[in-house]
Amino acid sequence: MNSAVLLSTLLATPDSGSPGFDLGKMMAIIIASIFVNNFVLARFLGICPFLGVSKQLDSAIGMGAAVIFVMTLATLGSWTVYNLLLVPMGLTYLSTIAFILIIASLVQLVEMILQKYSPALYSALGIFLPLITTNCAILGVAVLNIDEKYSLGYSLVNAIAAGIGFTLALILMAGLRQKLELADVPPAMKGKPVAFLVAGIMSIAFLGFAGLGG
Amino acid sequence: MSLIKDLTKGIYHENPVFKLVLGMCPFLAVTTSVENALGMGAAATFVLICSNFLVSLFRNIIPSKVRIPCYIVIIATFVTLVDMVMNAYLPDLHRSLGIFIPLIVVNCIILGRAEGFANRNPVLNSIADAIGMGIGFTLAMVVLASFRELLGNGTWLNFNILGSAYQNQPLLIAILAPGAFILLSFILGFSNILEQRKGGRQ
Repeated sequence: MNSAVLLSTLLATPDSGSPGFDLGKMMAIIIASIFVNNFVLARFLGICPFLGVSKQLDSAIGMGAAVIFVMTLATLGSWTVYNLLLVPMGLTYLSTIAFILIIASLVQLVEMILQKYSPALYSALGIFLPLITTNCAILGVAVLNIDEKYSLGYSLVNAIAAGIGFTLALILMAGLRQKLELADVPPAMKGKPVAFLVAGIMSIAFLGFAGLGG
Repeated sequence: MSLIKDLTKGIYHENPVFKLVLGMCPFLAVTTSVENALGMGAAATFVLICSNFLVSLFRNIIPSKVRIPCYIVIIATFVTLVDMVMNAYLPDLHRSLGIFIPLIVVNCIILGRAEGFANRNPVLNSIADAIGMGIGFTLAMVVLASFRELLGNGTWLNFNILGSAYQNQPLLIAILAPGAFILLSFILGFSNILEQRKGGRQ
C-alpha cells in the first residue's frame, strides 16, 4: 500500500466513500458528543471518576485533561490496530482484548510522564490515574468509533469532543459539589445520594440539547 | 460455613451497587427495562464467576507486578466469549445492550473482586463470592429497572401493569437518562434511612 492510497483510506468518509472532511458532519459529531449524547450524563460512561474526582475543582480539571489526552491517543491506537491489523487479518473478534491492552499501556505511559514532569498533578490525581484504564468512557469511545464506522479523522474528532464533554460534566459537577458542602442536606441523602440527585438534574438540563444537530 | 458467608455477603451486606457503589456505568445504562437488566446481570455474573475462578486458580503463579494486566486479559477473554454467544443466540438482547457488552471488561465490580478477593482466597470461596456478587449486582439492577420500566413505560418484564391509559402518558423521564440518576439517588437515600433505623435500635 503506497502512502497516497493509505492516506486516502485513512481520511475516507465511509458513507460517501469520498476522501476528506465533511465540515457539517464534523460539527454534528462535535455537538452530539459534547452536549446531546454527553458521555457522562446521557450515555452513562465514566460514572466512577465522575463521582470520585468531582470533589475538588483542581483535580477535576486535571482528570479531565488526562482523560482527553488518553482518549485521543487510545482512539488513534485502537483505530489503527483495528483497521490496519485486525480487519485485514480477519481477527475483528479480538477487538475487545486488543483495545483494552492498548488503553492499559497508554495509561501506564501517561502516568510515567506525569510522575516525571508534573509531580504536583500526579499526587493530586493519586489513585485515579490507574483507574483511567477502567474508565469505561475510554474503551467506550474506541468501541463506538468502530461501531459507527468513522474514518480516522472523524474518530479523533469524536474522541476529543467526547473528552471535552466528559471534562465539562466533571467540572460542572465539581463546582456544584463545592457549594453542596455548605448546603443543609438531610443526613440520609449526604454523600453519594445527593451527588446522584445533582447529576440527575444536570442530566435534565443536558436533555434540553436533544434535537440540536444530533 | 465461610462458603455460605462468602456467597450471601454480596447479596445484601456488601451489595456491590448499593453498599460499595461499584459498576455504576452498566448499572445506570441498561436498566431501562427488566429484560435488559436480567441479560446484563447474567452476562456479568458469568464473566465474574469465570474470572474469579481463573484468578484464584493462578493466584500463586501470576507475578504481582503484572497482575492487573493479567486480570484484564482474563476478563476480556470471557467478555469476548459472552459477546459472541449472545450475538449468535440472543441477537435482540445483544443489540439493546449495545456497547455495554464489551464494556463489561471495565466493570469495576469484576476487576474489584479479582483484586480484592480472588487473588488471596481459595478457588471454591472465590466462586461463591462471584456468584453472590453476581446475584447482588443483578438484583440491584432489577430493582432499579423495575422502577424505571414501570414508571416510564407502564410495564414490568414486558407485561402491561398500569394499563394502556397510563401508557399514553407515562412518566417518560424515568426511562430517560435523568430518571436513572434520580431514582438511584432515592434508592440509596432510602437504604441509608433503613440502615440508620437499624443502627438506632441496636
